[in-house]
Amino acid sequence: MGMTFAQKVLAAKAGLESVEVSQIVELEPDFCLSHDNTAAIAKTFKKIGVDRVKNPERFVIVLDHTVPAAQEKYAINHKEIREFVEAQGIKNFFDMGVGICHQVLTEKGFALPGKLILGSDSHTTTYGALGAFAAGVGRSEMAVLYATSKIWLKTPASFQLIVNGTLQPGVTAKDLILRIIGDIGADGALYKSVEFSGEAISAMDISSRMVLANMAVEMGAKNGYIAADEKTFAYVKDRAVVDFDPVYPDLDADYEEVMEWDASELTPQVAKPHTVDNVVSVEELAGMAIHQCLLGTCTNGRLEDLREAAAILEGRKVHPKTRLLILPASQEILMQAMEDGTMQKLVGAGGVLLNPGCGPCLGAHQGVLAPGEKCLSTANRNFQGRMGSRDAEIYLASAATVAASAVEGVVTDPRRFLK
Amino acid sequence: MSGTIWKYGDDVNTDVIFAGKYTYQPMEPKEMAEHAMEDLDPEFAGKVASGDFVVAGLNFGCGSSREQAATCLKAAGVKAVIARSFSRIFFRNAINLGLPVIELKEGIDEMKAGDPLDIDFTKGIVHHAGRELAFPALPPEVLAILEAGGLIPFTRKRLGVD
Ligand code: SF4
Repeated sequence: MGMTFAQKVLAAKAGLESVEVSQIVELEPDFCLSHDNTAAIAKTFKKIGVDRVKNPERFVIVLDHTVPAAQEKYAINHKEIREFVEAQGIKNFFDMGVGICHQVLTEKGFALPGKLILGSDSHTTTYGALGAFAAGVGRSEMAVLYATSKIWLKTPASFQLIVNGTLQPGVTAKDLILRIIGDIGADGALYKSVEFSGEAISAMDISSRMVLANMAVEMGAKNGYIAADEKTFAYVKDRAVVDFDPVYPDLDADYEEVMEWDASELTPQVAKPHTVDNVVSVEELAGMAIHQCLLGTCTNGRLEDLREAAAILEGRKVHPKTRLLILPASQEILMQAMEDGTMQKLVGAGGVLLNPGCGPCLGAHQGVLAPGEKCLSTANRNFQGRMGSRDAEIYLASAATVAASAVEGVVTDPRRFLK
Repeated sequence: MSGTIWKYGDDVNTDVIFAGKYTYQPMEPKEMAEHAMEDLDPEFAGKVASGDFVVAGLNFGCGSSREQAATCLKAAGVKAVIARSFSRIFFRNAINLGLPVIELKEGIDEMKAGDPLDIDFTKGIVHHAGRELAFPALPPEVLAILEAGGLIPFTRKRLGVD
């Protein structure tokens, strides 16, 4: 019997011929991410009693969650991180404005095929879009990684999620992953490694694949994986910071479950409050008033998303009964969107441009919600209270659906705007 | 060790256990405890007693990796979290902080808020309403961390700092 992607990567990293599902292995990740939580991690690191970060070149630190500081407490947090980074000689430090950590690690060439990447952030799964094994961990374990470079991981069982067919115009990777999570459930892939494959996945660009891997954690998965192909190699060609070896599952690998979807039949989808698996078609919710629209985040803040939205908003205005926040995932994306005129269209329609970062996605600043308000967001979580008031509601959808709804002020099927 | 039950449903996420707006503010565990469960059960933080248990359904602790979700429960006095299943990062965080997490496939439905409950960790048994519910032992690698009082004391010992 062959091995799945997870088995092969973990065996290779552990220096073993093979590993069994559930086998616990100790290994050294290639790269580790932390963000605004680095100050707290540094404090825990000090408690370990080791002075220096081991292998500082393996750590990447990005300030993105509460930038620029909206309160003195955040400012102190950032200051402590800058001091730690300097004292420890951590070169891979990206201060505020460069972008959201997951986009930054991808753009800056750390997210590479076959690498093991751990981050003290649950959406670290994103790098699976480029064929990495990437998973979230907690703060204490990141502190121990600073000290030792080592961690234990349990080898997960794997699911194979096959998507054949072709996504129709106005239907995107976001609609697909919402449908998959709706079908599987928020805990449907708990502890599993999920491998996406099929015609529809092969046809996707890297941005779309990142949406799938980003949200793999919303069905409980440990990691999401998409096999590296020509598109992956083209993307990482001028970005890769180190050499890499792609890892592919064996053809006779043993999957705990194999599930299939047909992309051709899919329509735009929405996740209703307060769980990501509460998914219905946009048609079912059409007409519901929306107070705030959020276009961006690490899920859908890439150039392709902004362009999709701009195609709808060009020459139109954001409805007076709603408001639109635009949150590009990185400076690189923002620059491209300014160069090709995308940003002018979005801002010209009345969108409010925020600096690249997490913005209101986690409810810390920049556009939180009042009680009774409804937000339609391209982010990945709609948990109660996440964007401000616990009496607000968050709905999740694609960039196209958010743009169409911003124009109408109510939930709107983006296919209405197709030329 | 005995205490009473705080009962919740499926998919209790770390945002409702410890809100995002506090996540990047430097805070001691005691202060974190004051915000525990704020967006799920505003009464919890004021009323939970040391030695109580949180009991929930599937996928407890899903969502954000924030470790404060485990820290705030422990600091609030919660002795263990019992659930039908746990999200993997919360599970790791709890063990790493020395907060016992117990996966029970059966018997959760019968547990009601306010019920007394008792856990015998050495035998691996939850006592509730006259029933004895056995829970599976943790893998030895994981148990060693819990028994050391968490990942930091475990690592200090391993590195010979202590
Ligand atoms: S954009 Fe939102 S989901 Fe993504 S890393 Fe930031 S807070 Fe997390």
